[in-house]
Amino acid sequence: MSKKGPNGVMLKDGSRTVIASLLSILIGMAVGSVIIAIVGFTNVTMGAKAVWDGIRIIFSGLFCTGRDAVGNLTFGFNPQMMGNMLFRATPVVLTGLSVAVAYKTGLFNIGAPGQYLAGTAASLFIALSIPVEGSTMSVWQASLGAAPSFFLPAWLVWCLAFFGGILAGALWGAIPGLLKALLNINEVLACIMTNWIAANLVTWVFDISSLKNVYENTKSGYIYKTSFNGVQTSKFGLDKIFEGSQINGGIIIAAVLAIIIYIILSKTTFGYELKACGSNRFSARYAGIKDKRSIVISMAIAGSLAGAAGALYNLSGNTEFFWSTYQALPAVGFNGIPVALLAANNPIGVIFSGIFMSMLDICGLQLTNLTGFNEYITDVIIAVIVYLSAFSLLIKMLISGAKKRKSGKEAAK
Amino acid sequence: MTSVSEYVVEMLHITKEFPGIKANDDITLQLKRGEIHALLGENGAGKSTLMSVLFGLYQPDGGEIRINGNPVKINNPNDATALHIGMVHQHFKLVDVFTVLDNIILGAEDTKAGFLSKKKARQKVKSLSERYGLNVNLDAKIEDITVGMQQRVEILKMLYRDNEVLIFDEPTAVLTPQEIEELMKIMKGLAAEGKSILFITHKLNEIMAVSDRCSVLRKGKYIGTVNTSETNQAELSRMMVGRDVQLVVDKGPSVPTDTILKVEGLSVKSKLYNRDAVKNVSFTVRAGEIVCVAGIDGNGQSELIHAITGLEKASAGKILLNNTNITSAPIRTRSNLGMSHIPEDRHKHGLILDNTLEQNMVLQKYHEPRFQNHGFIKFDSVRAYAEGLIEQYDVRSGQGPITLTRSMSGGNQQKAIIAREIDRDLPLIVAVQPTRGLDVGAIEYIHRQLVSARDAGKAVLLVSLELDEVMNLSDRILVMYEGEIVGELDPKKTTVEELGLYMAGAKKQEGGASNE
Repeated sequence: MSKKGPNGVMLKDGSRTVIASLLSILIGMAVGSVIIAIVGFTNVTMGAKAVWDGIRIIFSGLFCTGRDAVGNLTFGFNPQMMGNMLFRATPVVLTGLSVAVAYKTGLFNIGAPGQYLAGTAASLFIALSIPVEGSTMSVWQASLGAAPSFFLPAWLVWCLAFFGGILAGALWGAIPGLLKALLNINEVLACIMTNWIAANLVTWVFDISSLKNVYENTKSGYIYKTSFNGVQTSKFGLDKIFEGSQINGGIIIAAVLAIIIYIILSKTTFGYELKACGSNRFSARYAGIKDKRSIVISMAIAGSLAGAAGALYNLSGNTEFFWSTYQALPAVGFNGIPVALLAANNPIGVIFSGIFMSMLDICGLQLTNLTGFNEYITDVIIAVIVYLSAFSLLIKMLISGAKKRKSGKEAAK
Repeated sequence: MTSVSEYVVEMLHITKEFPGIKANDDITLQLKRGEIHALLGENGAGKSTLMSVLFGLYQPDGGEIRINGNPVKINNPNDATALHIGMVHQHFKLVDVFTVLDNIILGAEDTKAGFLSKKKARQKVKSLSERYGLNVNLDAKIEDITVGMQQRVEILKMLYRDNEVLIFDEPTAVLTPQEIEELMKIMKGLAAEGKSILFITHKLNEIMAVSDRCSVLRKGKYIGTVNTSETNQAELSRMMVGRDVQLVVDKGPSVPTDTILKVEGLSVKSKLYNRDAVKNVSFTVRAGEIVCVAGIDGNGQSELIHAITGLEKASAGKILLNNTNITSAPIRTRSNLGMSHIPEDRHKHGLILDNTLEQNMVLQKYHEPRFQNHGFIKFDSVRAYAEGLIEQYDVRSGQGPITLTRSMSGGNQQKAIIAREIDRDLPLIVAVQPTRGLDVGAIEYIHRQLVSARDAGKAVLLVSLELDEVMNLSDRILVMYEGEIVGELDPKKTTVEELGLYMAGAKKQEGGASNE
């Protein structure tokens, strides 16, 4: 019989979680490949080559650089795609983090879309309303026509906008937290309502604001970009590495926030209190922890992260905000749920699962651009992965079950 | 030897190992037809594992199971059911909103053309309940009937399935003394009708009262089987614990000094009904004495303790701890002023089950400077502290400080709470049913801890439903009946019978307080 330590037979819980997530991903991609094959072989204009191309893009679309002269896919380091992936990952990492923090403290934050909108609105208002030093095209000039009495440097306005977004998200998250703590209203219900309140409120405040982009007449319904007055997120030199992409320093800020959250949750007494309250509100109260306060704080932290997601995405300078948000909630808010799920709610894991999800996005774009298949196949893949992640407990059990049977057989020998 | 074996169930040399712990080590258990066989062991001795093996929930690493002399392999609970083995679990497996009859037939329903037909089932259950004296109302919903009746439903469930071997897993833990007596009668009746009963317990007086033979396990090992008629409680407890156990607490007279806790005219509103659960209660607890609140469950003890410890709000009255008014103080303040609390519900309040043992050990202390530095937890100190407590208080678990408390046995969970609370070394200890569901070894230990805390000058407020515990441990007894303190008794001058009269509300001291 082999040696059996406490961790000898069963893998550590952490590594089992990682394996379960990787298995989910692999199965999801396999299912995507099968769909590609079905679509490809049943379509007269496609065939074996098209299917092979599609499958290769699903697994390595990030590294696809286009087609060569004879029409074969070429692969290699694609700085533009890589950079765009990281740029798109920024908000989903943060909304994923938002969901994960709430979950770790016993709450289900389905209110990330609303908090994201609150953060977006607050940061855009601050960024676009404060007169910026040296800006050639300031919004105030277009709208007010009068010279302002003060100017602030762009970096300071950016900081104010970013923290304003965080604060707005925190406030929006604290509302369901307060309702839960004081009136015992289920946070899921409250979150769904605050989502739509935010969606309508944001539409209204921008509708009556002077921030609508009337300068570029080609399209309507958009707010000015922050690149107009120079209040945009610093690129930290990342654009030199990922040439031609939209990347900026947001992904670094998101990763730092994830690490900070990880430290708070697992290393501090504050995190211990929040988690204790999430695991068992009654024993936390018994131990003298203020359970109501903990619930509100947890939701506020979750909200602030979703708010930061909105701020970072919209302060990037190359995104435009469509202000009629009452029509649909931002998908990036809801996407935080699968991101957190895939990472098993581990704050560090969220960085990777968020980047992975946006990689699938990129693969979808590549599918549309380079093959006859369309990007929605990657949505199917994401859906399969999410389903399987939800079953991750089952998969974990299967893994340890297989291990047990194996060791049982060894023991029998 | 005849072709039919003398034994209905034989578990021979069963061995079962879990990571870090050998739960069953070469255990043999033989159950005769028509006998009541007690299985005795401390918490964590391996009783539950052995039963799980019999039910096919675990596969043994070694050993053999025989039914009626034939070797069998039990792969899952269905196999066990097919072999007519049934079990009444400690926590009942009943559907609350179903009727008694529906619960009994659940999973073994008769159908006619796809529709339920309960007529035959009703007759069968009726005749069974008459034959064995199991009085139940078939059309009542489970949520509306008493715990004792719920247990009878569980027994009927087994009988309905024609089970020959009936396993009772700590059946008396949830029952009142009257219900226990009733159960004992039922068990004897079942055995007389030829059913074989395996009775898992750690209450020695019940074993002596009802069983024919008794097998003892200790720390996963088989110690022996004795005929109950040829043994006594002392021998059984020695077999179970491995040393002599003092069944009666050895304590000197108490020397009470300063008043630590003073309760004046306290009232607490009931959560369920529109009335006071605690009515105008006044008493004091002094340093160096154990004051016990006795009473039948549900007479306001829980609410009284909740108000004192801060889990519920008092509606009137005052609570003074060391002369500080704490009536509406937050729990942390009470704790800092010198109150430790061994809660009634160890799963709801006492522990965070999904946290590890070490995290639970510092549940009250994590914020103290020795465990944190500028808000960062000192994991080394926490680990060292938890290991110290585990060692000192003999808390057993699979993986030591990193064991999830959910996976620990009930007794060891309770020991962990006791260790945590007594180690805080505070002037007032509020202990609510601290020995519920524990074995004699652990009870002895906890009683000794409480007495030594008293001798060290602590004030102890104890709530207990066990009359033996009340009589043995306390220096003063306060009897609660319907939210009022109806009597203050001196355990040396009173009898269990008199105490019982007060608890049942048949006797009452005018004016409440003094006994002299």
